[in-house]
Amino acid sequence: MKNQSVGNRIDYISILLYIVLVIMGWMTIYSASLPLEETSIFDISQIYGRQMLFIGLTIPLIFIILFTDAKIFEKLSFVFYGIGIILLLGLFVFGVTKKGQTNWYQFGGFGFQPSEFVKTATALLLAKYLSFSQINLKNTKHQIIGLAIIGIPILLILMQPDAGSAMIFLSLIFVLNREGLPSWYIFSGVIAIVLFFLSLVVQPSYLVGITIIVMIIHYIFNRKISRNPIVYTLLFLIISGFIFSVSYVYDSVLEPHQKDRINVLIGDDVDMKREGYNLNQSMIAIGSGGLFGKGYLEGTQTKGGFVPEQHTDYIFTTVGEEWGFVGSITVILLFVALFLRIIYLAENQKTKFSRVYGYCVASYLFTHFFVNIAMLIKLFPTIGVPLPFFSYGGSSLWAFTILLFIFIKLDANKVNEW
Amino acid sequence: MRKILLPAIIITSSIILIARIFYLQVIDENLKLQSENNAIKKVFDFPERGYIYDRNGKLLVANQPSYDIMVVPREIKNIDTTEFCSLLHITKADFIKKVEKARVYSPMLPSVFLSQLNKAEYAAFQEKERKFEGFYTQKRSLRDYQVNFGANIFGFITQVNDAILKKNKYYNSGDLIGKQGVEQQYEEILRGVKGVKYLLRDKHNKIIGPYKEGKFDTIAQQGKDLTLTIDYELQKYGTELMVNKRGGIVAIEPKTGEILALVSAPTYDPALLVGRQRSKNFTALYNDSISKPLYDRSLQAAYPPGSPFKIITGLIGLQEEVIDEQTTFYCNHGANFGRFMKCHCGLHTLQLNNGTYKSCNSYFGYTYKKIIEKYTNSNYSVDNWANHVKSFGLGQFLGTDMPIGAKGLVPDSKLYNRAYKGAKIRSSYIISNAIGQGEVLTSPIQLANMMAVVANQGYYYTPHIVKKIKGQPLNKKYTTKHYSTIDKQYFPPIIQGLADVYNNPIGTAAGLRVQGLNICGKTGTAENKIRVAGKTYQLKDHSIFVAFAPQENPKIAIAVFIENGYWGSRWAGPIATLMIEKFVNGKISRKDLETRMLTGSIEDEYKKIENIIYQRKVDPTRVEDSINKIKVDISDAKKEEEEN
Repeated sequence: MKNQSVGNRIDYISILLYIVLVIMGWMTIYSASLPLEETSIFDISQIYGRQMLFIGLTIPLIFIILFTDAKIFEKLSFVFYGIGIILLLGLFVFGVTKKGQTNWYQFGGFGFQPSEFVKTATALLLAKYLSFSQINLKNTKHQIIGLAIIGIPILLILMQPDAGSAMIFLSLIFVLNREGLPSWYIFSGVIAIVLFFLSLVVQPSYLVGITIIVMIIHYIFNRKISRNPIVYTLLFLIISGFIFSVSYVYDSVLEPHQKDRINVLIGDDVDMKREGYNLNQSMIAIGSGGLFGKGYLEGTQTKGGFVPEQHTDYIFTTVGEEWGFVGSITVILLFVALFLRIIYLAENQKTKFSRVYGYCVASYLFTHFFVNIAMLIKLFPTIGVPLPFFSYGGSSLWAFTILLFIFIKLDANKVNEW
Repeated sequence: MRKILLPAIIITSSIILIARIFYLQVIDENLKLQSENNAIKKVFDFPERGYIYDRNGKLLVANQPSYDIMVVPREIKNIDTTEFCSLLHITKADFIKKVEKARVYSPMLPSVFLSQLNKAEYAAFQEKERKFEGFYTQKRSLRDYQVNFGANIFGFITQVNDAILKKNKYYNSGDLIGKQGVEQQYEEILRGVKGVKYLLRDKHNKIIGPYKEGKFDTIAQQGKDLTLTIDYELQKYGTELMVNKRGGIVAIEPKTGEILALVSAPTYDPALLVGRQRSKNFTALYNDSISKPLYDRSLQAAYPPGSPFKIITGLIGLQEEVIDEQTTFYCNHGANFGRFMKCHCGLHTLQLNNGTYKSCNSYFGYTYKKIIEKYTNSNYSVDNWANHVKSFGLGQFLGTDMPIGAKGLVPDSKLYNRAYKGAKIRSSYIISNAIGQGEVLTSPIQLANMMAVVANQGYYYTPHIVKKIKGQPLNKKYTTKHYSTIDKQYFPPIIQGLADVYNNPIGTAAGLRVQGLNICGKTGTAENKIRVAGKTYQLKDHSIFVAFAPQENPKIAIAVFIENGYWGSRWAGPIATLMIEKFVNGKISRKDLETRMLTGSIEDEYKKIENIIYQRKVDPTRVEDSINKIKVDISDAKKEEEEN
């Protein structure tokens, strides 16, 4: 049994979806970065040429992962995590600052973003921690440790400051939830986000009024939980405090560019040539695609370079423009298929470690996917988050590949005894 | 529950993304439009407008190149405004105002910044065009008039207005379009089709190549040339004769319905409405509400026809067999038709022939009475009469190929029943119609057309002003005969009467006789009044004359209408006669008459009317002469052009 090759047991559906997405991603980058005079697709002076190289380099990477002993990932999870945290700390000394964010190491021509590596390490450690048999997430101490594993990198990344990446780590809350973290964590998180935007749009005093009404109704119809007035009062005070502090946070804590992003989203007095430019151009590019798109390599917005950073965070605009609604929906469905496939596989794992890790992979990928596309179509504030397998960049492509293939390896290994 | 949370969120959020993308891509049209404005630059190639020739191939209207400076407000970048302004001789305030105006129209689409530069300005600007990002020059062709008359025929060229921009997708802001006259009527033929090149550009506005390899590009189609039916010499002569008079001349070739001359006075030099002075001049012409130079009196003015209408009364009388050539009526300085209708014919026993050449009111009054009383049903009689009249093209739009016209009025039983509240229509009520002084209203072109019917002895072609369009047959409408309800046999006696207007020594136009040319004509005067501030003022009669010639083989039918010219034989008659002689004989035998008409002026009369309208105490020296003002404008514009 032990010698049976990995090839027979790996999940080809996930790999096929991965390959299709990577190929479509490269084609899109090719269109978005095509210069006027055509050169070879392997020309590494061109963006698409370099991406081709990065894709080529994933092949040895994949084989290394598939032929590594699966136990290594579990055993060394503490080490990986430790290295990750050190790398994050090291950024404050050796990091390169790009666009106000100190989140890169630069080695000669290539850059390296440690937060990508830390994602995998955190997932591994979280899986390892939760797989201890005595861990119960109903236990407050265990909750705190679980949250700390996620929280430490979040804090360090927020200090870079890179809100986008930090947000991705937050998605691990889904994993904790799956493993037994009380639902009110997620529930109150969602409420907080909703309240944040509402209090920017609606008068805080109205919002507090609405809160009172909702709570009274809840109190009257509540049969299950103890109807302790003190709990209600406390909750009310917290919510009201939150609502009123939003405007303070908004005015004093948020950076001007962050405020702009929120303003753009809620449509508040936006200059389409300045802070609204990116979003506006991105919507024009996607919207002009129509039902069937303008055709591959025929996107006028893409060719004109109207959308900034189109080959990285805005790569989906090219999909929208050139392949239209039909193409967009195809890409979205491919992603969804991959996510659901990973979750399905995770649920069928024999070990808790593999299951938690699979869940982490699905949460990470999904959050990248959703935040990236949602920000292009004015559903989410603009946050620099790449689209997995599509956005240009070796660092992010390899990070996603490693993340995914460790899970595929774990999955392939599930019948083996440990 | 915990197991399905993440899959549920994934599926729900994907549905939200798909729905949102569906809205943006399939439902929201706005984004597609913005994309076009964004990435595709349209470069237009304006074809040259078709030339306009007279019936004999003489060039009347050609083109001259002109350059507009266009601006795309969004693209203005780092401009040395001082240099820019001094180059184009504008002030900085002007600059700001114009850019702002363009921005209001559209920040992304080009608007005209400065129109119709002359060559020197263009050359100076073009040298430095590269330095002024956001500005470029657009070549257009402007009209170059070879003649200084015929403004009412040609119309003019102007920039399209917002209303047209909204209605007609072909035009873009700053495009030129024909207004009035043949420029408007034959706009699509004259203008051709502009060519479009679609160019792809990047966010810096740099052109990065043709869009889709020029798949959608179109080549400009040249405008087609028009040959008018107008006779250059006759039109010119008519315009000269009408100097210092108000009114209209319409000359038609009866055999074809071709309009030989269409003169409206006062008029203006068509060149006034070309170039940078255009809008100033147009405003001056437009605001001249007294002499109304933009009002085409030959087409638009509906006056009572006066005595020429007796021709129709006579013809209907013959057709209805209520009179014949021998029928005799008596006149005693008029006759009583319930009320007394005066007459100046000076004769006592009248038949058709002398009734016609002496223009006896009584004779035609009796004839009309018989027409109306022929049937016991007066409604039927009146409508029967109205139908006869309408068959001459009166009381309706003639359907000429000019964009304007007047319907005129031919009253019928419906109108009278309304006026008389259903009481029986008695001939005595409406007897004035007999002599063209009742409710009937006609425009000069309708009267000319009526004379064409008489000349043709029973039919007309719809008058038209375009003879040939290069490579295109003439509209069938203009080659179809329209028959009047009068049988051919009834025309000769009337025509003889009209010939005797000239040939009989006591005919009303005996003094205008041209040796060796048999002209059939009819004088007319029409009363007119105005009401100002509650008081009615009797103004001097309009002088009218209708004619055709030669009697044997009619080549021209003409109607002349001179406002406040008094007797038909005083102004309209001589002018009509001179026009006929000029056209038929090619030269004028009555030099004295010609000089009198060319130099004669009715301006004093018009000043009196102006004084009445403005309720001014008479002080003629202080009244500004609007005609002279326009002349000054013309010379100003010319001077300016020479200086440039």
